[in-house]
Amino acid sequence: MARYIIRRLLQMVVTFVGATFVVYALMFANQNDPIQALAGDRPVSDNVRQVLTEQYHLNDPFLVQYGYYMRGLLTGDFGKTLTGRPIGDVMSDAWPNTIKLALLALFFATLFGIAAGLVAGLRRGSVFDNTTLALTLVVVGLPIIVLAPIAQLVFGVKLGWFPTTAGARPSLYGLILPALVLGAASTATILRLTRASVAENVRADYVRTARAKGLSARRVVAVHVLRNSMIPVITLIGVDLGTLMAGAIITEGVFNIPGVGSKLLLGIQTEDGPLVVGFVSVLVVVFLVTNLLVDLLYAVLDPRIRYE
Amino acid sequence: MTQPNPYQQQWPGQPAAQQWPEQPAPAPVVAGWDDPNRGGWDTPTAAWSTPPSRARVTQPRSGEHLLDVRDLRVEFDTRDGVARVVNGVSFHVDPGETLAILGESGSGKSVTAQAVMGILDTPPAVVRGGQVLFGGEDLLTVSPDRRRQVRGQEIAMVFQDALSALNPVFPVGWQISEALRSRRGIGKADARRRAIELMDMVQIPASADRVDDYPHEFSGGMRQRVMIAMALAMRPKVLIADEPTTALDVTVQAQIMDLLATLRAELEMALILITHDLGVVADVADRITVMYAGRVVEQADVHTLYASPAHPYTRGLLASVPRLDHRGHGLHSISGTPPNPTAIPDGCAFHPRCPWAQQMCRMTSPALTRIGRLDRASACHFPPEALDARLA
Repeated sequence: MARYIIRRLLQMVVTFVGATFVVYALMFANQNDPIQALAGDRPVSDNVRQVLTEQYHLNDPFLVQYGYYMRGLLTGDFGKTLTGRPIGDVMSDAWPNTIKLALLALFFATLFGIAAGLVAGLRRGSVFDNTTLALTLVVVGLPIIVLAPIAQLVFGVKLGWFPTTAGARPSLYGLILPALVLGAASTATILRLTRASVAENVRADYVRTARAKGLSARRVVAVHVLRNSMIPVITLIGVDLGTLMAGAIITEGVFNIPGVGSKLLLGIQTEDGPLVVGFVSVLVVVFLVTNLLVDLLYAVLDPRIRYE
Repeated sequence: MTQPNPYQQQWPGQPAAQQWPEQPAPAPVVAGWDDPNRGGWDTPTAAWSTPPSRARVTQPRSGEHLLDVRDLRVEFDTRDGVARVVNGVSFHVDPGETLAILGESGSGKSVTAQAVMGILDTPPAVVRGGQVLFGGEDLLTVSPDRRRQVRGQEIAMVFQDALSALNPVFPVGWQISEALRSRRGIGKADARRRAIELMDMVQIPASADRVDDYPHEFSGGMRQRVMIAMALAMRPKVLIADEPTTALDVTVQAQIMDLLATLRAELEMALILITHDLGVVADVADRITVMYAGRVVEQADVHTLYASPAHPYTRGLLASVPRLDHRGHGLHSISGTPPNPTAIPDGCAFHPRCPWAQQMCRMTSPALTRIGRLDRASACHFPPEALDARLA
């Protein structure tokens, strides 16, 4: 087990370096003149240009520049945005909002997805099963860019149940509607997977054994069916968490939430290299860590899986 | 059972009766096997008409059996129509007795067992009729709560493939004692101790070390022992073992059968052994019920059945057992295949495969009729004894 974790951590280092390298290369290859970009429309004197070139190691080869950047990253120094704000500060503003939003979305997706999937899986072919099948197809088919404004219009403007936008310091209540929108696709996939998994496990031999023991129907489902059905679902939820953190760009844009997605969008639009690379680096780490945790959880849920 | 059997009267006059004056035939002996002149399994021989040995089945004391299944009927609604899987099956067991239900795949024996347990998936299965009397109480008409109470506590079941029948994600000790914790409300430490005791009872070595292991960490034979321990946790009065040794290799099969026989005797249980393996049956069963196409075709005590099967199907089954002393003779088989339960033939279900089938067999279904004496019955218009008598 310990050996497995160490091997996975070493693999993570390689993945992390590779991913940041690619993003770094792409962002900087695209820039014509970073000093002019920093200055905006104002002319830049030769003196200033020379100082800045020195400061940012712009004359050094690309690999050396990347090395300087990585050194900063590993010591916790993300650098500064084009506007001169420390990227660390931007992150500490943005991450809490995105984490709150993603966890809330995952909470709703898990709650509704598993509950509805369980009922649909136990009552295959019922009205409930067919209705949820139709609904999930609609949700999966609609891109979030369509779903978000519709939800905003219906529940925010027309019905007025939720605030239309979250604002600079979003409250938990203000995040509910964005979380529902963001988690809609996850809800649908979790529901379908839970349904399929429950439908399969309900017919399993060990469920028949559990019934033969004279256990209550409730215990048979809650302990024997659900526990085994959750093994693939947990994996999906883990992968979804990473996607929800990174995939909030559109949702955060529509509902005006100052999170990672909106900062990333801003960085790409303004060609703010350090900002984009910084955020992507952290996202890569989040992805890798959640995946490792999911894999470890998998072994806890299914004792047949052993990591060597 | 209600009609008088015309062949019954012929018994005292049978000349072959003198061949077996006292000793019951040693089981398993397939009658007629040692006769060099016999043409095939379907050629009647003198040995077929051997009178039955004395049964050692204890008679029910009050006329009421511990478990008495009467005229059980189970249907499955399938896309191809209604499959009549169990068509009026009756049998009974008493404490300390082993009843074997014998039949090939698809004969409805497992469905019968699951209907008795009340664990059929409904739908698609529907119990259409009959009675399952446990201690005189019809389990098919009691409340679902009472039914659940009986399940596991009074009648328990051991399943065929222990690997899939055990939950892969829980330790075996947890699964063995689950019913005790959930139904008797005993504590965790007590449950663990009881699980170890039960594992000792089914002779799992180092039970205290293995109680927290998972099913996949056990060998096939040990897993089946875990299944048996689990079934015995509530001290049931009836144990139904559905092909308990099918997935195991031969030496382990023998160990498991010995274990079941020992536990049956020690715990004074009634054991219903469902199997297609004639070798397994011969050693442990007291009585045998042979099923074909969801019907009971023959009932007899084990010695009688092996010595003189009274149904052509039973005869075919016994003749198809491979034997070491007949090497090079080729294996016997019953020609044809079992009927599709959605289209069981009219008349006797076995008639398309029966070498003696007559016009009557195609028209009317034979009732299970007593032959000779109590607990011996055959559902054949022309039971081999009678047939032999006619040919003679």
